[in-house]
Amino acid sequence: MNKLSIRELSLYYEKHQALKKISLDVESNEILAVIGPASSGKSSLLRAINRLYEIDYARITGEILLDDKNIFDIPISELRRRIGLIFATPVVLPGSVYKNIAYGPKLHRRLKKSELDELVCDALKAGNLWDEVADRLDDSASRLSGGQQQRLCIARTLAMQPEVIMMDEPCSGLDPISTAKIEATMLELKKDYTFILVTNNTKQAARISDRTAFLYLGELIELDKTQKLFTSPADMKTDDYIRGRFG
Amino acid sequence: MTFRIGPRTSQIIAYITLLVMTAITVIVLFFIIFYILKNGIGQLTLEFLTDRTRDMGREGGILPSILGTLFITIFAILIATPLGVGSAVYLVEYTKGGFIRRIISFGADCLAGVPSIIFGLFGFIFFVITMNLGWSILSGGLTLAVMILPTIIRTSEEAIKAVPYTYREISYSLGGGKLDTIVRVVLPSALPGILTGVILGIGRAVGETAAVIFTAGSSLGLPTSIFSSTRTLAVHFYILAREGISMPKAYGTAAVLIIIILAINFIAYRLMHRFIARYY
Amino acid sequence: MKDKIAEKLLLFIAFSAILSLSLITFFIFQQGIPLIFKAGLGNFFSLRWAPTRGGFGILSMVVGSLMVTIGALAVGIPFGLAGAIFLAEFSSSTIQKTLKPVIELLAGIPSVVFGFIGIVILVPFIREIFGGPGFSVLAASIILGIMILPTIVSISYDALLAVPKTYREGSYALGATKWQTVVMVLLPAARSGIVAGIILGMGRAIGETMAVIMIAGNALKIPGSILDSVRTLTSTIALELGYAAGDHRAALFACGSILFLIIIFLNIIATRITNRK
Repeated sequence: MNKLSIRELSLYYEKHQALKKISLDVESNEILAVIGPASSGKSSLLRAINRLYEIDYARITGEILLDDKNIFDIPISELRRRIGLIFATPVVLPGSVYKNIAYGPKLHRRLKKSELDELVCDALKAGNLWDEVADRLDDSASRLSGGQQQRLCIARTLAMQPEVIMMDEPCSGLDPISTAKIEATMLELKKDYTFILVTNNTKQAARISDRTAFLYLGELIELDKTQKLFTSPADMKTDDYIRGRFG
Repeated sequence: MTFRIGPRTSQIIAYITLLVMTAITVIVLFFIIFYILKNGIGQLTLEFLTDRTRDMGREGGILPSILGTLFITIFAILIATPLGVGSAVYLVEYTKGGFIRRIISFGADCLAGVPSIIFGLFGFIFFVITMNLGWSILSGGLTLAVMILPTIIRTSEEAIKAVPYTYREISYSLGGGKLDTIVRVVLPSALPGILTGVILGIGRAVGETAAVIFTAGSSLGLPTSIFSSTRTLAVHFYILAREGISMPKAYGTAAVLIIIILAINFIAYRLMHRFIARYY
Repeated sequence: MKDKIAEKLLLFIAFSAILSLSLITFFIFQQGIPLIFKAGLGNFFSLRWAPTRGGFGILSMVVGSLMVTIGALAVGIPFGLAGAIFLAEFSSSTIQKTLKPVIELLAGIPSVVFGFIGIVILVPFIREIFGGPGFSVLAASIILGIMILPTIVSISYDALLAVPKTYREGSYALGATKWQTVVMVLLPAARSGIVAGIILGMGRAIGETMAVIMIAGNALKIPGSILDSVRTLTSTIALELGYAAGDHRAALFACGSILFLIIIFLNIIATRITNRK
C-alpha cells in the first residue's frame, strides 16, 4: 500500500522552480532514499510534503496524498505531527533534554506528567539514546555531542508518534560511528515507520534503503529498487552520478 | 619649501590625541559618578531611605519619592512591555518588508527622538487635562510608557531577530503553529535580550524629570492610590538642587539615583552578554 | 483560528508607536498652532516675550536653542569622533568591550545629574576663570556636549565597524598608516553613519531641558557672548508650564510645536541618511 503519493508536484521560490512535475509513491514501511547533486530539489521535496515550504513563501502545484488523503485536507499541525522531519544539522531547542522531547507532544494534546514521562522515555529508547542520557534528562540539550544531538532530534520526532519520518542528510555532519548508530536505529524502526532519507552519501543510500530516487535539477530522473538502481541504472545521468562523475 | 610631517609622525600624534580625548571622556564620566557618590554616600542612612520628607526636603528622608518612582516606573513598564514586545514580534514574525513594516519602524524611530519635554507637554494636555486623570501616578506612568516604548520595541526586535531561524523550522516541523512557535520557542530564546530592553526602559523612566514633573506633579505626600500626585526621585532632586533647599539632601538623593542607574546598567550589560554569548 | 486572532491583535499592538506619535503630534499642534496665527507670524517671531500681555515673540529662545546646540556639537563632535575612532581602530577588543559600555553608561545618567554637576562644578569654574555669572551659553554647551557624546560615539563606532575589511586591507597594502587609512578611507566610507549620529545628537541637544534650565541662566535676551546667560525653547516651556493659563499656555505649546517640527525634521534626515546605503 502507498503511504504517500506525489502527483505532478512542482515547487517555486519566487521565480525559481525547484521541483518540476515530480510523481512518485512511497510505500509503507520502506526506506526510500533520495539522492542527487546539490540544488537538485531533494530538500524542497521534503519541505513540500510537510508543507514547511509555506514559511519560505514558496508555492506548489500538483497533489500530495497521505494515506490517499490530500495533505491540504489535513489540518497542518496534524500533518506535521504525522510526517516528522529531521534536519541536516541537529538543532536542539534551548532547554533540557526532557523539554526537547516533550515539546512536540505537548503541542498536540494535554498529557499528565506520568504519561509525558513515559512518552519521553519511550522516545529516547526508540531513538537509541536512553542509555546515554537517562541520568541527565534535566541537563541542557546543547551539552550533548553532535551524534547524540542528532539522535535527540530523531527521538523528538518519534515522541510525536509520526507515521512517516523524513530525514534531510541526517548524517552529513557526523563521524562514522555516530552515523552507524543512526543507521541501525533506522533499520530497527522501519517495521513501524516509513522513511524518506535524503542523502548526499550514495553509499549510505545503497547500505540501508529499499528503493532509491535520483533527482537532478528538480526532475525525477529515475526511481527503482536500490540494488537495481546502483547496479544497472536505466539513465546515463544516474550512472554518472553514482559513479561520482559529477555532483 | 613647505614643512611636512611624515606619515609615522602624524600617526603618533593622531594616536596620542585620540587617546587623550577618549581618556578625558571616560574620566569625566567617572568623575561625575565619583563626585556624586563621594558627597552623597554619607547621607544614605536607613532613616534617609525610610523616612517621610519634611519641611520641603530640608529635613527627613525620601521615602515618598522612592515609592513614587517605584510605582510610576512599574506602571510604565507594565504598559510599555506588552506593547513593545508585541510590536517587535509583529515586526519580525509577521511582516516581510513592505509598507506596514516601514511605517511601524518610522513611528518607533521618531518616537525615540522626541525630547522628554514634548512628552511632558503631551502627557499634561492629554492624560492630565483631556482625560482628566489629574497630576497622578497614572498620568506619569502612562506618559513614561509612551516614552520608553521605542526602547523596548527596538531592543526586543533585535533580540527576536537574533533567534536562529532553524528554531522556528524545528517548531513548525513538529507541528507547532505560528503562535505556539512564538510563545514556546522564540520568546523564551529572546528573553534575555528583551529583558535588557525592559531594564534600559526602567533606567530611562527612573532618571526622567521633564516628562513626569508636569504629569505626576510634585506632591510630597505618601502615595495612596494610582490617582495620587507624587514626586519622583529625579524631580525631588531637581527641586532640591535648583531651589537650593538643601545641598546635603540633594547629594543624598542624587547618590540614590546614581546607584539605581549603575545597578540597572550593570544588570542590562550582564544580560546582554549572556544573550550574545548564546547566539553570536 | 488562534493564530488569526493573535495576528490581528499583534497588528493592532504594533501600531501603538505610530498611534502615540500621531496623538502627540495632534495634541501639541492643536494646542499650539492656533495661537501662532492668532498672534501673527510677526509677533511670534519677534523678540518680545510677555505672554500675559500679548507678546509672544520666541526669537531669543530660538536663537538661544541654536546657540547651545551649536556649542554642544562643537564639544560633542570632536570628542565623540575621537572616542569612536579610538575604539574602532586603535584599541584591542578587550578595551572595546570595556569602554563601549562605560561610554554608554553616560547615556543612562539622568539629565538632572548633569545639570547638578554643572551647578556645583562647571558654573563656579567658569565664573572664576572668565568672570560673569557663570550660568552661560558656555556652561550649557559643555554639559550638553558631554550628554550627546554617547549618541555620537556609539553610532559612529557602528558605522566605522561596518566599513568592509577589504577597504582597510586595500589601504594598508598600499603602504598607508592606520591614521592615513582612517582619514582617507574609513571616515569617507562611514560618512553617512557618522552624520546620522551627529544629527541624532543634535536632536538630543535641542530637546534637552532640565540640565539646560539648571545652568544656562535663562535670561530672556539674545546672548552677546558665550559667557552670557541664555534661555532655550525647552527651558521656557518647563519654567512656565506650571503656572501658565489661556494664551500663555497655548504659547508654550506653540514653542513645543516648533521644537517638535525641528526634531521630526532632524529624525527624517537621519533616517534618510542611514537608509541610503
